[in-house]
Formats: sequence, structure tokens, C-alpha cells
Amino acid sequence: MDKRVVFRSRWLPYALVAPQLLVTLVFFVWPAAQALYQSLLIQDAFGAKTQFVWFDNFKDLFSDSHYLASFQVTAVFSVLVAGIGLAVALMLAVFADRVIRGAKIYKTLLILPYAVASAVAAVLWVFLLNPTLGILTHVMRSLGYDWNYLLNPRQALALIVITAVWKQISYNFLFFLAGLQSIPKSLIEAAAIDGAGPARRFWTIAFPLLSPTTFFLLVVNIVYAFFDTFAIVDAATSGGPVQATSILVFKVYQDGVQALDLGGSAAQSVVLMAIVISLTVVQFRFVERRVQY
Amino acid sequence: MVERRPVGTLISHLILIAGVAIVALPLYVGFVGSTLSFDQVTTVPMQMTPGTHLLDNYAAVLSHGSKLASGAPVGVMMWNSLVMALAIAIGKIAMSMLSAFAIVYFRFPLRKTVFWMIFLTLMLPVEVRIFPTYKVVAELGLVDTYAGLTLPLIASATATFLFRQFFLTIPEELAEAARIDGAGPMRFFVDILLPLSRTSMAALFVIMFIYGWNQYLWPLLITTREDMYTVVIGIKRMVAGGDTLVEWQLVLATAMLALLPPAAVILVMQRWFVKGLVETEK
Repeated sequence: MDKRVVFRSRWLPYALVAPQLLVTLVFFVWPAAQALYQSLLIQDAFGAKTQFVWFDNFKDLFSDSHYLASFQVTAVFSVLVAGIGLAVALMLAVFADRVIRGAKIYKTLLILPYAVASAVAAVLWVFLLNPTLGILTHVMRSLGYDWNYLLNPRQALALIVITAVWKQISYNFLFFLAGLQSIPKSLIEAAAIDGAGPARRFWTIAFPLLSPTTFFLLVVNIVYAFFDTFAIVDAATSGGPVQATSILVFKVYQDGVQALDLGGSAAQSVVLMAIVISLTVVQFRFVERRVQY
Repeated sequence: MVERRPVGTLISHLILIAGVAIVALPLYVGFVGSTLSFDQVTTVPMQMTPGTHLLDNYAAVLSHGSKLASGAPVGVMMWNSLVMALAIAIGKIAMSMLSAFAIVYFRFPLRKTVFWMIFLTLMLPVEVRIFPTYKVVAELGLVDTYAGLTLPLIASATATFLFRQFFLTIPEELAEAARIDGAGPMRFFVDILLPLSRTSMAALFVIMFIYGWNQYLWPLLITTREDMYTVVIGIKRMVAGGDTLVEWQLVLATAMLALLPPAAVILVMQRWFVKGLVETEK
């Protein structure tokens, strides 16, 4: 789609795109190219000697058991975050769509987590689930369940999953609610006249019609779990205990900052870049085409 | 709702109330914790009603932070966060509007190239290009400056697409009329496009302000001096000290201060927030 009426100027369009383009080149394209190049090099920690090694960094990476473990943690983490996040948000949206009184108050309260920074959300949940002080820890102890996420890897993973789901709930809820509200009322009414109860109506009408929204949110949530949860991991568990919560984005940071393994860290960046690009492609190609029954 | 089902409505409300209660729990407990004294906040179980130390705690963190941790005043950090959030929000909106204007209303060689270059930024979040970007910023001497904090985050493909999409829906007659009346492109931009884009700008502002205020990884790397910390980083530095040393009442007061501005923006501009959220992602 193009405009018929356009303005003519030799220099003005370039001047208009210049700021955006300059920022893109200096802070996006150049560093990304650097990461690509860097990933083919081995450098000692002082930067004195550099050697070109082709794909050795990648070979090392995929034979490193810590890296493969981190991949696995990330996969489990993102499946849990996307699965639980979508299920809870869908349930709340379905009931919020039903009620008339107080709908606005519920909606307002449910969008609040969006405003809270991930790191702040992590600190709030750490306070609730702190091994010595936490209120929820106290409740669980009195029910006979021992909670200490600093020692127990599964509980540490649970902590970051809870925080990540909590933080993302507003987003999922708003999209599901918008999706439900765009379903034509006549369909629901026709089903009701035919004698279908609320549960039947949901599973045979609303749920299938929501599938484009659900698929879109699934991709968004996986991207979120992969890339936007660094702050949660860093503030809540710092990847511990014993790497149990060391997701990929956290590992890039850790290996670069603490281990100063620049080649390896750059190779990890390149792997992440490949993941973002493929997820973006999936998002654009399939969301357009509309998943439907 | 299609039919009257009092029991169904009651169950709906109960489930929603339970959901809202779980969502609100960390916020409420955090708030209560920020109004207690150190002894009260470390009592197990902590009391669930607000205490009397609200003003003391907030005044303490604003002026000198948590003395057991870094002791950096949170007031300064709030200012840094505000500068960062505003610069990112306004910068993104201005830059993406100008480039969308150029892409829609001009024909020039390289137009397609420019478009794809901007599209590319979508695929390169900070988390992915973190060290090379840090190196570039360090070489430009921008560590511990506002420019270093904001510039690398300021390009926005989504905002550019949003404005492009919006400009394409503006009737051709407007540009035609403007040209016949002898208005140049910039006159058209300022007098016609800007006023028409007000809603989109408001919607994007909410999203981008929150995005900027809540940034974590980038400020963590780029700020080494305490007086350049943003408030989100400040909190992380306060809890980093190990369990016994954490002054939770002050940490929680800082957390409440950190979430107040973005929460206020969302609540006041709720209509534009929902619009912005739905539009930037579609």
C-alpha cells in the first residue's frame, strides 16, 4: 500500500530517517555484526592474543554439558510460564467476561502487575517466599511442607515461574478478554437457545474462535520467557542453586561478565539471535494466516 | 451474559475475587512491610495490617537509602529513572514518527532498505547483543551518562510500524489540499499529522514510559556510579547483601516507590494503555 500523493525533496526524507538509522546502525547492526565476528574468535582474558577458530566456539558450546543443561532449564521454564500463564489468564478472562457488576474493578486490579518492573516483582515474591521471613513459607511450614528455594532446585524454579507468570498475567488477560468480547453475541445466543450450557458453549464456540489469540499469546509468552526474564532470575535466584535456574539469557551474562569468556559468550549471543529470528518469523507468518478449526 | 444464572454469577465473582487476591497479595504484603519497623518486619509471621513507620521508612530511603547496603539515596535514583523513562518514551515517539513520515510521504532511493533496516531491530533485543553494545557505548565514552542509558534502547521498529500503519489510513485529500494551499512537507507534518496522531502518541507513551522505567539489564551494565543508578537497580543492590543484612522495611519502601510512577501512569491513562498494548503487538 502506497500513498498516491507524496512530497518531493532531495534531502528531507534522508534527514527525517537519519536519527533512527544512526541509532540502528551504531547500537544494533554494528554490535550484532561484532557478536557474529567475535563468536568465531578465541581471545585470552586480557585481550592480548586473538585467534580465528571458525566454528570451534559453537562446537565447544554444544558439547558443554552446562550449556545443554541451561537449554533444558530454559525449555522447561518457558513451557511452564506459557502454559500456566495462558491457562490462568484465560480462566480469569472468561469469568470477567461473564460478570457485569465490578468488571471494571477486576480489570483495573488485574492490569497492575504490568506496571511492576520484573526485578521489583522478583523482590516482592522473594519477600513472600523467603526461607526465614516469608509469610507463605510460614503457611507452608505450618502445613508440614518444607520450603527453601535457596537449597532446593525445583523450588527455585517454581519461584521464578510464579514471578514470571504473575508479571505476564495482565498482558495475557487483556488479550483474552479482547478476544472473548469480539466473539459475536448471536453465536452464543443461538447455542444457548439450542440448550448448550455455559461450559459446552465455551468449549465448542469460544475456545475454538479464540485460537488465533491463543496462538499469538503462546508465541509472545515463549519469547517473554526466553528473553525478558533475565531480571527475574538475576534478582530472585542468580541462576542458583547449582545452575538450576540458569536460563540462556542469564548464562550469556554470567559467562561474559564473570567468566570473561568473550568468544563463548558471543557464540551464545548468536544462538539466541537465531532463536529470536525464528520466533519472529513464526509470529509474522502464522499469526497472519489465522489458526482456526 | 445470555441467561440469568445467579449461582453461576456468584461462582464467577468468587473466582475473580480469588484471582485478584492472589495477584494483589505481593503488592499488599509489600506495602504492609514498608510501613513496619525492622523488628516488626523480621517477626515471623509478619503482621498483616499496616504499621506506623510509613513516613519514617520512605523519608529514610529517599534521603539515604539502606545504610547496611550501599546507602545511595533513592530520591536520586527516582530522578534517574524518570529521566531515562521520559527520554526513551519521547525519543522513541519522535524518532519513529519522523521516519514513518519519511517512509509514507516520500519516494526516495533506499526507501525499502531503510524500512528493512528498521525492521531488523525487532530481531535484536538488548539481551542478545549485550556485550558488543556495551563495548560500543564504552568506546564512545557514554558509560554513566544519560545518553548511554537511553540511546541504545531508543530505536523502535514497533512504534515506526504503528505510525506507518496510521499514516496510511489518513485520507489522501488532506495531503493534496495541503499541497495545493502551498504547505511544505514539514508544515503538513506539524499542522496536520501531529494533531491527528495524538491518540496514538498517548497510547505509545504509556507503553514506552513503562518499558523505560522498568529496564534492568542495560542500566545494570552501564551504570557503575551510585548516583547514576536507576531505582530498579538500586533495589537489586539493596538485597544483594545476604540474608541477615537486608533491611526489608526499607527495601519494600523502595519497591513501592519504584512501582508507583508506572502504576500511576497505567491507572490514569488506562484507556490509552489498553489501546497501545493491543496495537503495538498486532
